[in-house]
Amino acid sequence: MFDLNPSDLQAIWLSAKVATVATLLSLPFGVVAAYLLVFTRWRAKALFDGIINLPLVLPPVVVGYLLLLLLGERGWLGGLLSQLGVRVIFTWKAAVIASMVVGFPLLVRSIRIGMEGIDERLIQASRTLGARRLDSLLSVVLPLSSRSILAGATLMFARSLGEFGATIIIAGNIPGITQTIPLAIYDYTNTPGGDRMALSLCVVSIIVSLIVLLFNEYLAGRFKRETQR
Amino acid sequence: MILEVSLEKRFPNFHYVADFAVLGDRIGVFGKSGSGKSTLVQMLAGLVAPDKGTIRLDGEVLFDSEKRICLAPEQRRIAVVFQHAHLFPHLNVQRNLFYGYRRTPPAERRIDPEGLCRVLDIQPLLKRGVNTLSGGERQRVALGRALLSCPRLILLDEPLTGLDDGLKYQIIPYLQKVFSEFNIPFLFVSHSLNEMRLLAEEVLVFEKGRLKGRTSAEELARQRLGTSQVGYINLLKLLRPQPDGDLWAYAWGDNRLILTEPGQKDENLFEISSKDITLFKRHPEASSARNLFHCRVSSIFEVGNRIGVELDCNGQKLVSQVVGEAVQDLGIRTGGEIYAIIKASAFRRLY
Repeated sequence: MFDLNPSDLQAIWLSAKVATVATLLSLPFGVVAAYLLVFTRWRAKALFDGIINLPLVLPPVVVGYLLLLLLGERGWLGGLLSQLGVRVIFTWKAAVIASMVVGFPLLVRSIRIGMEGIDERLIQASRTLGARRLDSLLSVVLPLSSRSILAGATLMFARSLGEFGATIIIAGNIPGITQTIPLAIYDYTNTPGGDRMALSLCVVSIIVSLIVLLFNEYLAGRFKRETQR
Repeated sequence: MILEVSLEKRFPNFHYVADFAVLGDRIGVFGKSGSGKSTLVQMLAGLVAPDKGTIRLDGEVLFDSEKRICLAPEQRRIAVVFQHAHLFPHLNVQRNLFYGYRRTPPAERRIDPEGLCRVLDIQPLLKRGVNTLSGGERQRVALGRALLSCPRLILLDEPLTGLDDGLKYQIIPYLQKVFSEFNIPFLFVSHSLNEMRLLAEEVLVFEKGRLKGRTSAEELARQRLGTSQVGYINLLKLLRPQPDGDLWAYAWGDNRLILTEPGQKDENLFEISSKDITLFKRHPEASSARNLFHCRVSSIFEVGNRIGVELDCNGQKLVSQVVGEAVQDLGIRTGGEIYAIIKASAFRRLY
């Protein structure tokens, strides 16, 4: 059943790479966004909240197309980058960006739920004890929301592994370069006689996702024990 | 410490106005819940911004709405001990204690952590997680944590309110000891008159978001005589209990008091209501009450339809209450002599 050819292995490796990089790069932004949403008051907050959550409800294809417009050769950000000699679209970096945008709402939501559970008095206490805002974020808010940050990261990682719609538009489906597991499966299903190959990759996909979820459970359990010492 | 406050803050259904200046190191803020005590604490600590006004501590401006000055909480160096301790659940006792200390510039670390742990009796707890502590232990750690940040002022926001009576009066001696030893000014917020009397020198009384008056805790207790059913509460520090038959004898200054309450510790605090002290004009030959004192009337004060009689029993002060008619019958006058009797069972232990 497991007759994976070299391009399948490349797809698995690429998926892992894209999901890992996307998750790690998004983490600091996710934490800051959740912190701003939970602990600060400002006028445009509802709008900010809406924009962050938009990719959750938009079809990924729309997200991909908008990103293509933004990052393409003639897009304003893409133009800027190409002057610097950086090309993003149709590279694995584009797949990372697609995953970041699509997975970001999940990350922020999860972290936010954790932060909302923190008693604001604890933060006030840290401030009166001499901690600046950033210090208090690092020494009180982060440790107390570590479980939800972890949960959010896992969720985002899993979502990135499965990201398809935005990726295929902005990164294309180039074997060995931007072809991740879902894109490879898509290719196989369009190829006569590719069913068996598609199924093998599906099984890989299921196993990887399960491992990620079990790992998350394990870490969450450990955190729980540590905080209840 | 000199604290000058002139503040205004509007909430949807509450308007807070305070305008006062206090000089002293043990200030009480007294009032019912909803009187704005906690609002004051939050504004002083910089956790809530007032609408307008000024706050100055020892001459330094912490807040000035006109000059647009509003120091952040961490710049004010005012520590707060909250009602529910609010220890950091992810840190153990030791790391909680040192949270503020580590953030204090070395030059300003005036408090010796070891000495403080000794005074507060928290050395055995240092390695414990904060979730395993009892209510009293938590408050002691919270107090230690606030003190170790070496603040210019500590705000105690009802730190004893959540604790049951027994525990509460166990903590008060720690508070007294710690503040006299380390010499840090505090503002003690509470709705408990007894706590005020044990801790505060001057008391600011708040009612419905306004400063209603300033007085001493003693004066406040005397006003209670006319309005409250419990009367004036005498706080008696009784020492060296010794068994006396099936009762216990305690030293009260040069006097000896007989109580039903057994004594374990050398130092004890009891309360007794002014209603439980009966006055006699002449020596009653025999009485069921176990304590009889020959005392002098040092002052008489009237509150409502009741009259408080302050007695001097061999140098110890005691306040009894009578009604106007009794003053006539007993011929009570300042400087006059009188007999006071107290039942052995009338005392209630605080600690």
